[in-house]
Amino acid sequence: MSLVELRNISKRYGNVLALDKINLEVRRGEILAIIGNSGAGKTTLLRILAMLEKQSEGEYYYDGIKVRGNEDYFRKKITMVFQKPVMFNTSVYNNIAYGLKLRGYSKEEINKKVRNALRLVKLEGYEKYNAKRLSGGEQQRVAIARALVIDPELLVMDEPTANLDPTNVVIIERAIKEIVENNNTTVVLATHNLFQAKRLSNRTAHLFNGRLIEVGETRQLFENPENEITKKFITGELYF
Amino acid sequence: MAWEYVLEGIKQAIHLIITANPDVIEITLRSIRVSGMATLMAALWSFPIGIAIGMYNFRGKNILKGFFNGLLGIPTVVLGLILYLLLVPSGPLGFLRLIYTEMGISLGQSLLITPIMISFIANSIEVVEKDIRELAITLGAGKLEASLAVMREAISGILLSVIASFNRAIAELGIAIMIGGNIFVKGSALNTRVLTTAMQMYTARGEIDMALALGIILLSIVFAVSTISNIIQSRLT
Amino acid sequence: MHIGDRMSSKPFIKDRKAISQSAWLVIVAVLLAGVIGLSWYFQTAQQAEQRVLTISTTTSLYDTGLLENAIAPAFKEKTGIELHFIPKGTGAAIQDAMNGAADAIIVHARSKELDFMEKGYGVNRKVIAYNFFAIVGPEDDPAGIRGLSPVEALKKIVEEGRKGNAIWVSRDDGSGTNTKEIALWKKAGFNYSEIKNEPWFRCTGTGMGKTLNYCNNVRAYTLSDMGTYLKYRKDGLIDLDVLVDEGEELINIYSIIVVNPEKYNKDFDGAMQLAKWLVSEEGQKIIGEYGVEEYGRPLFYPAVEVLEKKSGDIYNWIVKYGFIEDNGVWSECPEKYRYKANIEFFEVKI
Repeated sequence: MSLVELRNISKRYGNVLALDKINLEVRRGEILAIIGNSGAGKTTLLRILAMLEKQSEGEYYYDGIKVRGNEDYFRKKITMVFQKPVMFNTSVYNNIAYGLKLRGYSKEEINKKVRNALRLVKLEGYEKYNAKRLSGGEQQRVAIARALVIDPELLVMDEPTANLDPTNVVIIERAIKEIVENNNTTVVLATHNLFQAKRLSNRTAHLFNGRLIEVGETRQLFENPENEITKKFITGELYF
Repeated sequence: MAWEYVLEGIKQAIHLIITANPDVIEITLRSIRVSGMATLMAALWSFPIGIAIGMYNFRGKNILKGFFNGLLGIPTVVLGLILYLLLVPSGPLGFLRLIYTEMGISLGQSLLITPIMISFIANSIEVVEKDIRELAITLGAGKLEASLAVMREAISGILLSVIASFNRAIAELGIAIMIGGNIFVKGSALNTRVLTTAMQMYTARGEIDMALALGIILLSIVFAVSTISNIIQSRLT
Repeated sequence: MHIGDRMSSKPFIKDRKAISQSAWLVIVAVLLAGVIGLSWYFQTAQQAEQRVLTISTTTSLYDTGLLENAIAPAFKEKTGIELHFIPKGTGAAIQDAMNGAADAIIVHARSKELDFMEKGYGVNRKVIAYNFFAIVGPEDDPAGIRGLSPVEALKKIVEEGRKGNAIWVSRDDGSGTNTKEIALWKKAGFNYSEIKNEPWFRCTGTGMGKTLNYCNNVRAYTLSDMGTYLKYRKDGLIDLDVLVDEGEELINIYSIIVVNPEKYNKDFDGAMQLAKWLVSEEGQKIIGEYGVEEYGRPLFYPAVEVLEKKSGDIYNWIVKYGFIEDNGVWSECPEKYRYKANIEFFEVKI
């Protein structure tokens, strides 16, 4: 039951090969963690998953359908939360409501959903604040609320809790778990934090220098990785 | 000695304003009208061009940006002279009959401020373009709506570009004097005397207090406009 | 948030909204263009309503206020024609006329006026007024020129200047005053372009007022028209004295020249009306009375009564320095430059 299938996806920037023949399956309803060192290509992979960038080679299958040429249609079922939150220069309410307004919900419906989302990320009462004036952690929570509220089929998150204090990390992780449980949302999450990967994900994929060197069930991968490099990465012995 | 001039100037300015001197009012209103019209005209073509430059990547984009940046500091005398040669009856645009008219000054000033407007707008758009566009798209926006979202985010910078352009126009002398001619006939609808040209005339005549008084009025307008712009900008944030 | 929601997700309508928002932008742009177009049209309509003569002229004449305050209102009352004076300096005024931007010019540099007419741009020259230039300077007069003739005074200034006792300031701006100055230097035996490089000789490149201010500050000598000098003296801006004001060479003659209708389609009739009015009794009276109340003496002297007398020192000077020679006849305007003029031109055979 795969939602997404990436077949032989490569991405080139000029002479640099950022992703090298990635073959990856994302299963419906799972939380898939992408781990790897900085510069391994995690962000690139996520952006291609979110259809914000096009692959140089290879095919992208969504729900069994080849996506090439049809991105606009599928893109609306996917949303991405960036590593550094981008806020519209307006209230927290309007930020979160943006996607809903695009989708034609009524004012009452929007109101209800936004309040729900605020509750989920523990930002009740923040509706009228200008989003740009919030702290980094609060902004990231707004970004997540904004993504959750439009109820995406596929939620792509690029190190959403990097640089956040533990309280924020907990709130965000709880929110992720809740929507996956309630809505059957599929989540692909890049993270530096191996503990987070263990806490949240069903499966984990290890990206190294643009290549997918190991994919598997999270507990299995962490306890008994097959790949030598992965083994070293997990124990923190991987350096260059 | 200079101190006395300034004091006299301030006294004169207050006197002119309190007694609502009709000539001064006419000149002031004309300055605002002429430069306001120039700003509107410049906006008409600068907005699309500035937004396009900010949003799109194309070959020669940097050259184009450099071109407008370079024109930012064009001396008004130079531009005034070029326009004079274009607009006199013997020149290629003489048929427009704009020499020594208000519209002529407006046209000239609009060309002066176009580089300012385009550069400012392009810059404001560029600063937000990538991030906001991607954010809008990932939240479900189509290309058109994403562009509108980018423009909305840049509104603060766009407003600033309009204000800076207006202030530049109303404070310039070279174009107003070469194309306008500082004409003043009491009761005429065809006068072209504005604050800057009047200031120069009074200075040349040695009537420093009048010159200073008009200068104070001009500065007040510039400050007032800037202040209003600041208030609007903070309301927008 | 429920699964149910996703299934019944509404279709995207914001794209329609985006189109309508964009439509609004286009409407605003069209309205803006409309406002601008209407303003332009309105202004053109206003221009068509009022008959206007554009007269390019000298700064010294304009700055006395004679044109704006006395001549323009009186002429408008008499004929309904509005006079727009553009004070640019003699050289620039002639440029304006050659570019078709003026209906007539009023200037005071005979050599340039002749050139203007020879090039075919000017017709029907009429002398309207005169006054005198003066050499002004610090009251302690370090070069000792007070009361001398202009030529003697200039020679003395060169002498003292080279010794470091005196400074001369020139406008060096192609104006009527500057043209007269160059002619005086020539009469005194000096070449202007050579002499202006000497260390005691300074150039301001600007108008009479600022030049007088500069002289006041550095205590120097210069050639000035009486109008500007009197105004600045009265307003307490300078305390220079008139040191040399006697001599035929110092005469300063103002003329009006109408732009040749065969060169440009300007308001020839209107300009001729102005020329006629300026030399009429009414116009001449206004010229002669201007400034008397404020400065105790007239700033300009009406030329016509002198020309009618056909005798006297001043008459001779006007002929010598203000008339143009053509085939043995000295006149205000050589016959070949007269055009459909039902106006009398003063002339004398020599």
